[in-house]
Amino acid sequence: MWAYVVRRLLVTLPTVLAVVTLCYVLLHLTPGGPFDAERKVSDAVLANLQAKYHLDLPPWQQYLYYLRDLLHGDLGASFRYADWSVNDLVARALPVSLAIGGTAMVVAVMLGIALGITAALRQNSAVDIGVMLVANVGSVLPSFVLGPVLVLVFAIMLPWLPSGGWDDFAPRYMILPIALLTLINVATIGRIMRGSLIEVLSSNFIRTARAKGLPMRVVVMRHALRPALLPVVSVIGPLAISSITSAIVTESWFSIPGLGKLIVNGASDRDYTLVLGLVVLVTVLAVLLNLLVDLAYAWLDPKIRY
Amino acid sequence: MSAVITPVDAAPAGRSPWRDARVRFMRHRAAVASVVVLALIALACVVGPMVLPNAFDSVDWNLMSAPPTRAGWHLFGTDELGRDLLVRTLIGGRISLMVGLLATLVSVTIGVVWGAVAGFAGGRVDSVMMRIVDMAYAVPYLLIAILVVTVFGRDILLVVAAIAAFSWLDMARVVRGQTLSIKSREFVEAARAIGVPTWRIIFQHVVPNLMGVVVIYTSIVVPGVILSESVLSFLGLGVQEPMTSWGVLIHDGAAVMGATPWMILFPAAALSITLYCANFIGDGLRDALDPKDR
Repeated sequence: MWAYVVRRLLVTLPTVLAVVTLCYVLLHLTPGGPFDAERKVSDAVLANLQAKYHLDLPPWQQYLYYLRDLLHGDLGASFRYADWSVNDLVARALPVSLAIGGTAMVVAVMLGIALGITAALRQNSAVDIGVMLVANVGSVLPSFVLGPVLVLVFAIMLPWLPSGGWDDFAPRYMILPIALLTLINVATIGRIMRGSLIEVLSSNFIRTARAKGLPMRVVVMRHALRPALLPVVSVIGPLAISSITSAIVTESWFSIPGLGKLIVNGASDRDYTLVLGLVVLVTVLAVLLNLLVDLAYAWLDPKIRY
Repeated sequence: MSAVITPVDAAPAGRSPWRDARVRFMRHRAAVASVVVLALIALACVVGPMVLPNAFDSVDWNLMSAPPTRAGWHLFGTDELGRDLLVRTLIGGRISLMVGLLATLVSVTIGVVWGAVAGFAGGRVDSVMMRIVDMAYAVPYLLIAILVVTVFGRDILLVVAAIAAFSWLDMARVVRGQTLSIKSREFVEAARAIGVPTWRIIFQHVVPNLMGVVVIYTSIVVPGVILSESVLSFLGLGVQEPMTSWGVLIHDGAAVMGATPWMILFPAAALSITLYCANFIGDGLRDALDPKDR
């Protein structure tokens, strides 16, 4: 098991390095520098600034400097937000994104599993058809259509919740974004759970369990659930990565000061280090999450032992 | 044992697998209906702007933020600058569909070649190529797309390239798996025995036999890339004014949906119907072509 963890971590390093390098090269292909502002600064100041950020060095030396700082957990200084380091900006934005995205993911998984079980146990009932219908709509309506729809219904037609904004983790401002991100994923999870539970329920050991007279509730909870959860667990990693897209859309639609908003702003401001730092950070988080999911998978599936 | 020997010339006419597939596809009613709807949308996007009296960037000073009306052919209404929304939706559809087709073409080509070469070569080449795929999987592609677009400016072809660069991964994996099983078939053995060069075996003998899974996975890629383009446009990183796309229209409409709901309604409906149809067609193709169902 530990050997497997170490091996997986060793694969992670080249991935992160490749991403950093790719982004670095891309950013340095741009014409113009971060200090080409409308208001010209004097040459001396410019030279000092460039020296401070190592911009006077050849690109490969800048790259090595960047890697060194990165290894120290230092994402550098933001070029655009004066007096802020990327670490500061991330430190403020990350909890916001985690609160929204993490809650949504947990709710989506729980709700999806519950709905999937209900739908599987009552095939072709109203619940089943309802779940599948919502599943279809949810997987087709993109986040940037669903977001405005939610605002239209719950902020404009029914003035219950704010249409956007952020107030230091006040729940009022978190409900709609979390609902949006949940809706995007709950359908997928519910559909997978339904399919896999139906398949498990038709297997021999379930027939045995029922034949010896166990009530259906015990059969499902004790025997069917664990194997049926496997496909759900394996999809959580990819789902979380694909949710990064909807998270960026959500944050920018609801004006939430999280990582997604930061990266879109950073991108339009051409804030080299900010965008680079965020891409590296999110990639590392995504890779770690995948690792966790794989480990959970190994723990759940008795057939897999590393 | 008085077996009746059927004369050879009475054998039933052979049916090609593609004809079989077509018959099965036609039985999938939702998929057939989706093909019709999608064709109509595409046709409207191509022909509509040519025959309608309004241009996508011309301003009607008398009708700003007008609801749908027959006056002046503003069937979808106008936006706050008095531009006709019907024509803008159709023009936006052109962009969205074109980006979708181009990006799909690029990504399918890369995916098929990558997967077939990796699967056929095997060994170290295979593991290096698939390790690269694994690595690319872990990268949130939208971040890279955002990066590319801001670095090189908002050029529609770059959007296509950025989207395509990260949507070939599934295809490569599936094609590789399929190639592995085809590689050990007799006809490949035979081709090798008579000395056909490797690249010709790959592209003349292996790839044509992959077409089933390729078609199925292409139908999954198409809605994905259309969606990606819309997301970029929605974030303000796609096409530029006055040119438009469904993502841009939805974004602009969403900002004023309380007052002028038709501005988001029509583009959002167009996009959603397109995606819905694409998904149904994908289902139909899977039923028609999946070798497991034979």
